[in-house]
Amino acid sequence: MDTNQFNQRDETCWEIRPTGAMRVPAIIYADAQLLQELDQKVYEQITNVATLPGIVEAAYAMPDAHWGYGFPIGGVAAFDPEQGGVVSAGGVGFDISCGVRTLHTGLNIAELRPRKQALADALYRTVPAGVGSRGKIHLNHKSMQGMLTGGAQWALDQGFGDEQDLERIEEHGCMAGAEPHYVSPRARERQKDEMGTLGSGNHYLEVQRVTEIFDQTVANIFGLRVDDVVISIHCGSRGLGHQIGTEFLKDMAMSAAQYHIVLPDRELACAPLTSPLGKHYLGAMRAAINCALANRQIITHLTRQAVATVFPGIQLDLLYDVSHNTCKLEQHTVNGQQKNLFVHRKGATRAFGPGHPDLPAVFKDTGQPVLIGGSMGTSSYVLCGTKASEQLAFSSACHGAGRAMSRSQASKRWQGKTLVDALAAQGIIIRSPSLRGVAEEAPAAYKDVSAVVDVADRAGLARKVAKLEPVICIKG
Amino acid sequence: MPLNSQLRTPHWEHFEHDADIGIRGIAPTLAQAFEQAAVAMTAVMTNPEPLTESNAVVITCNASDNELLLMDWINELIYQTAVHHLLFKRYQVEIADSKLSAIAFGETVDQQKHQIAVEIKGATFTELHVYQQPDGMWVAQCVVDV
Repeated sequence: MDTNQFNQRDETCWEIRPTGAMRVPAIIYADAQLLQELDQKVYEQITNVATLPGIVEAAYAMPDAHWGYGFPIGGVAAFDPEQGGVVSAGGVGFDISCGVRTLHTGLNIAELRPRKQALADALYRTVPAGVGSRGKIHLNHKSMQGMLTGGAQWALDQGFGDEQDLERIEEHGCMAGAEPHYVSPRARERQKDEMGTLGSGNHYLEVQRVTEIFDQTVANIFGLRVDDVVISIHCGSRGLGHQIGTEFLKDMAMSAAQYHIVLPDRELACAPLTSPLGKHYLGAMRAAINCALANRQIITHLTRQAVATVFPGIQLDLLYDVSHNTCKLEQHTVNGQQKNLFVHRKGATRAFGPGHPDLPAVFKDTGQPVLIGGSMGTSSYVLCGTKASEQLAFSSACHGAGRAMSRSQASKRWQGKTLVDALAAQGIIIRSPSLRGVAEEAPAAYKDVSAVVDVADRAGLARKVAKLEPVICIKG
Repeated sequence: MPLNSQLRTPHWEHFEHDADIGIRGIAPTLAQAFEQAAVAMTAVMTNPEPLTESNAVVITCNASDNELLLMDWINELIYQTAVHHLLFKRYQVEIADSKLSAIAFGETVDQQKHQIAVEIKGATFTELHVYQQPDGMWVAQCVVDV
């Protein structure tokens, strides 16, 4: 992307001033190199987002932004219902509430090493991964309602986890305002056998080693030390979220004219927050958030079962659980005024800073843990929210690396078996039902997550706390 | 086969998208282009060629224009794939007055055998186009989110 298209505010902040139908500026957080590597489509998409009714302050793109649908992936936008603001199914994405949960194991790498293969086998056996995998839980109408309303709290009530897990999950494990009656029979049908499954694509369960600490004070509070072993789970709301996204995307695109919304791209399909369609989507989308929270809770339970077979008696406590495809009602200060805004984060992580009232006491001084997933074989990061992020991008940060190469390019360039062997030589065990899937998720098909995280840190969106390296990866 | 008739044979291809993948069917008729786009969709997940046709599913869609019809068609297949755990090899599509009726033939998913790379979440409006080329061939395409 040509950097001359921007007004550079500082080293990592690039502004596109409003022109044409743009109601607000668009802002991309990147350094000069990341910006140059960005697809021009991100420019088009983020400026399109800036045209939507009721958008407040600016349309933001995080350092890992890439070409998405309507919104870029890595896009953040807040809408004010009092100014005709909208909610957009495309602004949340198909995999509603996809996110990352990280668990402490209490083990260090030396303790893990001799049992590494055994742990990889146990996890692969216990956590269903890949297309067509089904969980052992089958939801009927009543349990589906409970899950859609209760999220991780529901999962707990079914015996999947401990009460103390909840405070380490955004929304305390249960998204308020879910309205299951707006979740279609088809969405339910797709989900009834999929609880506790990882899915496929870039979703994974990874055993990781802490290799570097950047902020000792915060790391102490987060409970992270060099050589500690943690387990991270990356997945979302499975078929239910995909179906809700599919249905509302179409409904919103079809009814935009009725709401006098001019869509520069049909994928930006949206509806006024106060309209029946907007409210129905919010109710269904929140139910899908609960589905994702319940799913990650059940996978946590399965992980605990698997780990217990190899390391009896150890406890897996949550570091935190973040979602990176959401629209949430939050209070933010705009021009000195407190506003209730609907913040869309599509491929962007909420990053509340120190003192935020929604954070549990343990994170009051640090800000929330911001969990950044790498790709198979590459680093992941733990960051913490900053106070500055509130003013920069409604308390948001990046979510991962973003692809540098398409799936077909990747599968032409690499062979799954060769990759698995190469990663094994580096001490990383890969378990996956599909070698082609492994090839398409090759580490080098992704951008350098370290560069993305460095920019998020320098921009002040979130601050680096710890670096994690993979040891075992269960790929969907 | 001479080049000209090869080009006029119904066929499919994938096209590039940063994070995901584009599916495209090209054929002498609209219905065949839809069939080929659907084969391209299966090929995102697995190689369609070795699949058997032991199962069949009847599908109908209605939409106000051909592009929305393509989106509905692909989304319907994604749904059927997900709930019946099927991978479709071949399709028989008829389209009249923006109404599509079809039979999709395929087999039940076997993780080991099919080595499925990725599941498809949904069809998108991105690069969604259905049109007839000057040479008379129909093109039906969109990006699918994986």
